[in-house]
Amino acid sequence: MDKMPKWADIALIPFINLLLALVVSGLVVLYIGESPLEAMAIMVRGAVGTAYGWGYTLYYATNFIFTGLAVAVAFHARMFNIGGEGQAALGGLGVAVVCLSIPWPHWSLALLGAIAGSAAFGAAWAAIPAYLQAKRGSHIVITTIMFNFIASALLVYLLVNVFRVPGSMAPETARFAEGTHLPNAYDIAPWLGFSRSTPLNVSFLVAIVACVGVWALIWRTRLGYEIRAYGHSQTGAVYAGINPVRIIMISMLISGGLSGLMAINSVMGEAERLVIDPVQGAGFVGIAVALMGRSHPVGVFLAALLFGMLYQGGAELEFEMPSVSREMLLVIQALVILFTGALDNMVRTPVERLFLAMRKGS
Amino acid sequence: MTDTEPYAIELKGISKAFGPVQANKDISLHVRKGTIHGIVGENGAGKSTLMSILYGFYKADAGEILINGQPTPIPDSQAAIRAGIGMVHQHFKLVENFTVVENVILGAEDGAMLQPSITKARRILKELSDEYELHVDPDSVIEEISVGHQQRVEILKQLYRHADILILDEPTGVLTPAEADHLFRILNGLKEQGKTIILITHKLREIMEVTDSVSVMRRGEMTATVQTADTSPEELAELMVGRKVLLRVDKAPANPGEVVLDVKDLRANDDQKVERLKGISLQIRAGEILGIAGVAGNGQSELLEVLGGMIPAAGGAITVNGDRIDLTGSHSDGQSRRARGIAHVPEDRQREGLIMPFMAWENMGFGYHHDPKYQKNRLFMDNAALKKDTAEKMERFDVRPPNPFLEAKNFSGGNQQKIVVAREIERNPDLLLIGQPTRGVDIGAIEFIHKQIIALRDQGKAILLVSVELDEIMSLSDRIAVMFDGQIMGEKLPSETNEGELGLLMAGVTKGAA
Repeated sequence: MDKMPKWADIALIPFINLLLALVVSGLVVLYIGESPLEAMAIMVRGAVGTAYGWGYTLYYATNFIFTGLAVAVAFHARMFNIGGEGQAALGGLGVAVVCLSIPWPHWSLALLGAIAGSAAFGAAWAAIPAYLQAKRGSHIVITTIMFNFIASALLVYLLVNVFRVPGSMAPETARFAEGTHLPNAYDIAPWLGFSRSTPLNVSFLVAIVACVGVWALIWRTRLGYEIRAYGHSQTGAVYAGINPVRIIMISMLISGGLSGLMAINSVMGEAERLVIDPVQGAGFVGIAVALMGRSHPVGVFLAALLFGMLYQGGAELEFEMPSVSREMLLVIQALVILFTGALDNMVRTPVERLFLAMRKGS
Repeated sequence: MTDTEPYAIELKGISKAFGPVQANKDISLHVRKGTIHGIVGENGAGKSTLMSILYGFYKADAGEILINGQPTPIPDSQAAIRAGIGMVHQHFKLVENFTVVENVILGAEDGAMLQPSITKARRILKELSDEYELHVDPDSVIEEISVGHQQRVEILKQLYRHADILILDEPTGVLTPAEADHLFRILNGLKEQGKTIILITHKLREIMEVTDSVSVMRRGEMTATVQTADTSPEELAELMVGRKVLLRVDKAPANPGEVVLDVKDLRANDDQKVERLKGISLQIRAGEILGIAGVAGNGQSELLEVLGGMIPAAGGAITVNGDRIDLTGSHSDGQSRRARGIAHVPEDRQREGLIMPFMAWENMGFGYHHDPKYQKNRLFMDNAALKKDTAEKMERFDVRPPNPFLEAKNFSGGNQQKIVVAREIERNPDLLLIGQPTRGVDIGAIEFIHKQIIALRDQGKAILLVSVELDEIMSLSDRIAVMFDGQIMGEKLPSETNEGELGLLMAGVTKGAA
């Protein structure tokens, strides 16, 4: 059949998309009277030029891998899980409960406990919209968005009224005990030049394990087969005797669980306490990451890395070029999402034509 | 008519490529005014592409279109309409909740205010329906009238737009034999009034019955154009496929054994709680084929779906090999049915039988993905075993290309169907449910699939065949049950009935009432 080669589909097109986004971003930078090339250089240097930069880039990327995988798994069942933000916040609650309630003797045990707690809380938060979709037909997009707001309100209530340290004004939990502190990149590999306070921690390895796990789940297990079949054709799934309610519930539970896992990075690994907004938009970035990564774990990993670079490089740019405001950075990130996610076909169609024309000519 | 009169339609050297696929190769076609011209060819032969070029959906890479002798470029469908060309698509383009007259004027209104157009259309519709036997109530709503009437609305729409050349794409697919006969009378009436008609169909019988001349297409080329009177169905089939084909099914008399499927007073509702099966009772014995005839939408789909575990039943009883099977609940799904030895080739292979973006090997396990031989352990599937199995089955069922790694959507309709049929028949089921086994399947593959069905019967399996193709029902079945409005109107032996009698039953007319 007339198709373009696979490498063009998974590598070339995202690359062109990204390039276009950067060119348009450059025009924006030019418009405010700064040099796009210089801005670009600052961003790249800030993100990957130093061990300090890498520490933050990979820390952000870890968050986005979890939330990106969450969106990807649900999307294989054609569930659009917009609720990563809320599910990750509840995951944070799970981490806090696990870390505060048990005197952990060693971080590795605490990590296992926190993985279980965060995944369980995130999955539980996804379970309600999933049930409403599966049994009542309430649209998952609407309900998961609403559950983001409910999660945020719930967290504020709990942090103010339940978890707040008596006498403190800050709506946050007490600092977690020493036994729960995850080793960071400095603890693990001091020779790589990370600073003592780098946020990059052992959760990054958990994220990589999660990528492999999701890959195996989707492409190697019977459940993954059923999830993909249901996602491609719901009538086909009914024909094959695949229970739609079961697929919706399980895929959303896994999705919510993965979102929840994000909290072991930000809450346990970095903040070491639960603050009022532990997710900071990573749930939404996960949607863009999954879109750009085409719901494949390798793609999600690479896209998460890119967004990690954008976040960290952007922070540096804001610092070094005062005329580039925070909002401007949002514009640049939005452009990347726009070009890689929403405008994908704009590039895809001409590139496909080009390949066909080349083949015809040869 | 004299020889000097220009052709109504003349195509000269039309070529069209989609990427590397040459859909039309240097096609020339001449159709005289006031004739019915048939175009036959297998799926993918290029008929639709050619008609789409004529109707302005595609632009030809090369070639010329002459209408009434005048070179007429047709860049879009508006130009086609201006040139007097009207098209009746296989799937009607009607607004379901609009009335007939509203549908007729849609897109051809005279101004911003509707009332003058409607009044005018009402008058013209009256004239047209008197002239051509195209009777429809202008004020009925489309979704409330029969499919045959909907088709008349489509034809009226084209005549209202002053079409002199009508293209009909597979027009009888959804009609009863009586409705099809009526359509042919209408077409003959139109022909006598000087209209030119192009009829695209895969039913050779219709070509023989109604056309004056016929063109055969194969692999993008026009392989022959002949006068219908000078040809035969066998010759046309050979021209279409490129080799001799068996149009009749060779089969020995059935040798029925024990009752395999026993259905009693089966009832089922659709999503809107409308009763679709109103007390169906039937039996199929081992080693026989029961054919269900009927116009699409009279409950045959629901019968297959209930038996195949896709929808629950509302009442009645089903036994398979003497065991009652669940009609509702978690043990009534497709998995439970397969465990009982029921295999199911669904009516719609693209939406049900196959997952189109899945590769052939993934599809070969579809529905049987719980089979222990496809599992590596409790957690992982044994994809290697499934791939090996697929390669063997594709070989045995002559699926082309025999590539387990090709996605289902990249196979032709006939080869997609062979994948589904291979998957189900190779399970060696006690009962095979098979719906529309050859819909959208080329003649060569039809022959093959029919042989496989007969072979399964001869192994002593029970087969329930549902098809809207009466020819197929007549030639494959050992017994024929006719369904109308969710009920079985009667059962006939193929040797003791004919299309006329079945056609009446399909329209719900029983002897007493008629």
